[in-house]
Amino acid sequence: MIKKRLVIIGGGSAGMAAAIKAYELGERDILIIEKNNYLGGILNQCIHNGFGLHEFKEELTGPEFMSRFSKKVDELGIEYRLNSNVLNISDDKVVTYTNSKEGVVEVKADAIILSAGCYERNAGAIQIPGDRPSGVYTAGQAQLFVNCYGYLVGKRVFILGSGDIGLIMARRMTLEGAKVLGVAELMPYSAGLNRNIVQCLKDFDIPLYLSHTVKKIEGKSHLEKVTIAKVDEKMNFIEGTEMSFDVDTLLLSVGLLPNVDLFNKLPIRISRTRGAVVNQAMESDIRGIFACGNVLHVHDLVDYVVEEAREAAEGAVQYLNGELKHEGHVYEVSPGNGIGYVVPQLVYIDDVKEKLSFKFRVRKPFKDVTIYIKEGEKVIKKLFKPAIIPSEMEIVKLDKSLFSKEANEISVYVEEKK
Amino acid sequence: MKELICIICPRGCHLTVDDELNVSGNTCPRGAVYAKQELTHPTRTLTSTVRVVSELEAMLPVKSNKPLPKEKIFEAMEVINKTCVKAPIKIGDVVIKNIFGLDVDIVATKNILR
Amino acid sequence: MFDCLVIGAGVVGSLIARKLSSYQLSIAILEKESDVGSGVTMANSAIVHSGYDPVPGTLKAKLNVLGNKMFDQIAEELDVELERCGSLTVALYDEQLPLLEELSKRSKENGVPVKLLSPKEVLEMEPNINPNVKGALFAPTAGLINPFTLPVHACENAVDNGAKLFLNEKVVSIKKNGELFDVICESKNVYQAKVIINCAGIYSEEIHKMIEDVDYQLIPRKGEYFLLDHYSDSLVKHTIFPLPSAKGKGILVSPTTGGTYIVGPSAEVTFSKDDVSTDKPTLDEVKRQALEMVPSIPFNQVIRTFAGTRPTPTTHDFIIDFAKSDKNFITCSGIESPGLASSPAIAEYVVNEFVSKVLSLKKKDNFNPYVRKRVNLAKMSVEEKNKLIKEHPEYGEIICNCEKVTLGEILDEFKSSVPPMTIKAVRKRTRAGFGKCQGGFCLPLVTREISKKFNIPVNKILYQFKDSYVAPYKVKEQKDD
Repeated sequence: MIKKRLVIIGGGSAGMAAAIKAYELGERDILIIEKNNYLGGILNQCIHNGFGLHEFKEELTGPEFMSRFSKKVDELGIEYRLNSNVLNISDDKVVTYTNSKEGVVEVKADAIILSAGCYERNAGAIQIPGDRPSGVYTAGQAQLFVNCYGYLVGKRVFILGSGDIGLIMARRMTLEGAKVLGVAELMPYSAGLNRNIVQCLKDFDIPLYLSHTVKKIEGKSHLEKVTIAKVDEKMNFIEGTEMSFDVDTLLLSVGLLPNVDLFNKLPIRISRTRGAVVNQAMESDIRGIFACGNVLHVHDLVDYVVEEAREAAEGAVQYLNGELKHEGHVYEVSPGNGIGYVVPQLVYIDDVKEKLSFKFRVRKPFKDVTIYIKEGEKVIKKLFKPAIIPSEMEIVKLDKSLFSKEANEISVYVEEKK
Repeated sequence: MKELICIICPRGCHLTVDDELNVSGNTCPRGAVYAKQELTHPTRTLTSTVRVVSELEAMLPVKSNKPLPKEKIFEAMEVINKTCVKAPIKIGDVVIKNIFGLDVDIVATKNILR
Repeated sequence: MFDCLVIGAGVVGSLIARKLSSYQLSIAILEKESDVGSGVTMANSAIVHSGYDPVPGTLKAKLNVLGNKMFDQIAEELDVELERCGSLTVALYDEQLPLLEELSKRSKENGVPVKLLSPKEVLEMEPNINPNVKGALFAPTAGLINPFTLPVHACENAVDNGAKLFLNEKVVSIKKNGELFDVICESKNVYQAKVIINCAGIYSEEIHKMIEDVDYQLIPRKGEYFLLDHYSDSLVKHTIFPLPSAKGKGILVSPTTGGTYIVGPSAEVTFSKDDVSTDKPTLDEVKRQALEMVPSIPFNQVIRTFAGTRPTPTTHDFIIDFAKSDKNFITCSGIESPGLASSPAIAEYVVNEFVSKVLSLKKKDNFNPYVRKRVNLAKMSVEEKNKLIKEHPEYGEIICNCEKVTLGEILDEFKSSVPPMTIKAVRKRTRAGFGKCQGGFCLPLVTREISKKFNIPVNKILYQFKDSYVAPYKVKEQKDD
């Protein structure tokens, strides 16, 4: 069996950034395992710009961003395998992968970072009623076809979900000659950035139907018609609000889910983020198995994915050097008022070197809001924000010194100014 | 009177601009700057793909290296659609030079080896 | 001109054709869709019922019990996944206990081994069943079958033994032409045969009516289902049934051969025989009833909802008989549940009791009942896999990450005599695209492989049915291309 100190599963932005950071921290025995025939993950098909504003202070397209990292990986000589899929992670850290050149390979790892990204929620998962014709795709599938293969999945399009992927595809399909008849969004507010509402919908006069979702799809063989209707606060359809569209394509942008299968058979708790429960070092319930990026919780900025991957790499290297002691005071972190989730869910404060970040999302949009971080009953940090929305993940960095070890609970919550 | 949503920060202020370009509804000065620009000379960065002759890829992603006037976007797409390039290509290689004489180039955003 | 023409390549038509191909006969199979097993056979519970439920003395009862016994051999010869997991028919209320007793008696009459279980025994077997369970009937011979590979491999075996399969041939009229039938298709092709065997599923009534008036109707009764992802903890190990009612066996909760969980079906009459749509009120009711039996079903793990139609005969039993006006037309109408479980026995019955009376059946010396065995990577050790991959590197390359399906397994299916030509056809044979992401990642990859293998441009590849093009438009087409 091959031995490796650090195995990184997934060579997208998270995997590459983690590998580079681990290398910079002195670790040399690294292996990245990547399923595609290139390093870069989903960014390869994200030909639009908006990546790298924080990381590089430039606005880059997906392929440009990923190539900055893949170039660095090659420069540093970090080992990786392409066209390789991980079949299994055992609880004693044996990673089994396969490719056509080496066959099935078992690698005994001292530490593992899972950076396998996420997959798109699909029509079956949201149980769209009606027929099951061809012509129903996730936004990402349509994106791969148009940007990498060079084919349009259809010419008359309706989009469900106003998340950024859906909005980006509204623009992309329109520019390639399709007619996008509308975007329906279940919530009363858009899930995407205002910038995308303007540049992807308003620019092309594509209507956005808030508080609407698909009631039925019809098509004997291929999609022919989509019917949407308005929903009330309880998410029930309101009689008489149906609208039908003659389309050949329905694109779904209804959420991303961590690709966390490889953890399913392991004694690793899964949190409400649908990714693993982790501590401040991005370490899961199994010592030495880490997770970062979209497989841990879905991000909206790749710049933050990269930051988190570096935290995981630091954690992994600390672990490999015997520095993650898991001794002393432990905190359990929970989301409070207005907060959907917080990462990490556990903090071993004595393992923290200087700073610690909390990442969270609010459950609904707030204006003029104060974010509170409490240790027990004591507020240890507060921040004011003029606006905060669920589709933008927030990161709050705290100094280790703010924690007094007087309680075992940390909670993060918001309060809106009345 | 024109209405638009500011895109500078997540607050998304609803702005109103009168015929003399006076902006109201913004809660910070950046909103006013954006509104004026958006109403007088709206520009957009264009990202798309061009066909490429290559062993490895079918399409090459490209972008305009500077924003283009918004009203020229579909025309630019027509030029882009007629273009075909040959590998090898490097990020930054100019695929269409000085499109419409506007001092904007369409450049490659991906490396394709062959 | 064919001795025998089978209309419909579902599980019944395919197994009949296979049995016929063991004789010295020329056989044609006409299938209206682009793939075998696309109608009733494609959307059902995939259960090999034990046979406790059908009314004793009916054809359903007789053929279900016989068919169930035959499945071990069928699974072995046709390389189809079969799991004898057993079924539990549960009583949730005291008032249901007498019905359970009755079912037990009925089972014994049908010759089905069963055992009545106490609540304690039920919960020991299945800890996730409603703790208020009052008792259950355990039928150990019930099993799960792969409903997709069964008709494909049966048809492949028939074709390998000389039968001819014609896809995309929808029969629109049948005329008697002397001693033969002229079977006219929508494509304008005409096939001639001495004997016709009607296995057209929900449309067997219409096909039968092409030669005579019939005294039965096939009422389309739709069943809607949920499919749940591979569950990290075992939800249930057996097929769990409620007590049967007039509507049928009721909503079951069961594992599948694919490692997923199936919940359903509902049972409601539809207007159109083509209607296999799902709707929220029906699915909500399926969910409600299922949760009564197994309260912890993780409905947040649903990866697909689908529906199928049952061809419910107004006679309440299988209609397998000669046409009244012509013994050379044999009909298999109304093959609803337990049709799948009965299918091997139906094939024997049709050939031995009916075809033998109108055609001389001479056994073929070289009939091979075994279909080409597929590579089963899941059952191989690492060493065995690596030996295979050294010779055939394609078995090391994964196309469908969710289900771990390799390129080798997909290319292997292309070599079959009933190869997959559409996305759905590849999915049915290999499970590529059946997993949690439902082809989110692998659909484009499979499209690319079909394109490469059959030299079809990407924009001409079909998802499933006619005109269901996956990605019909090439971007940036110029007029002078």
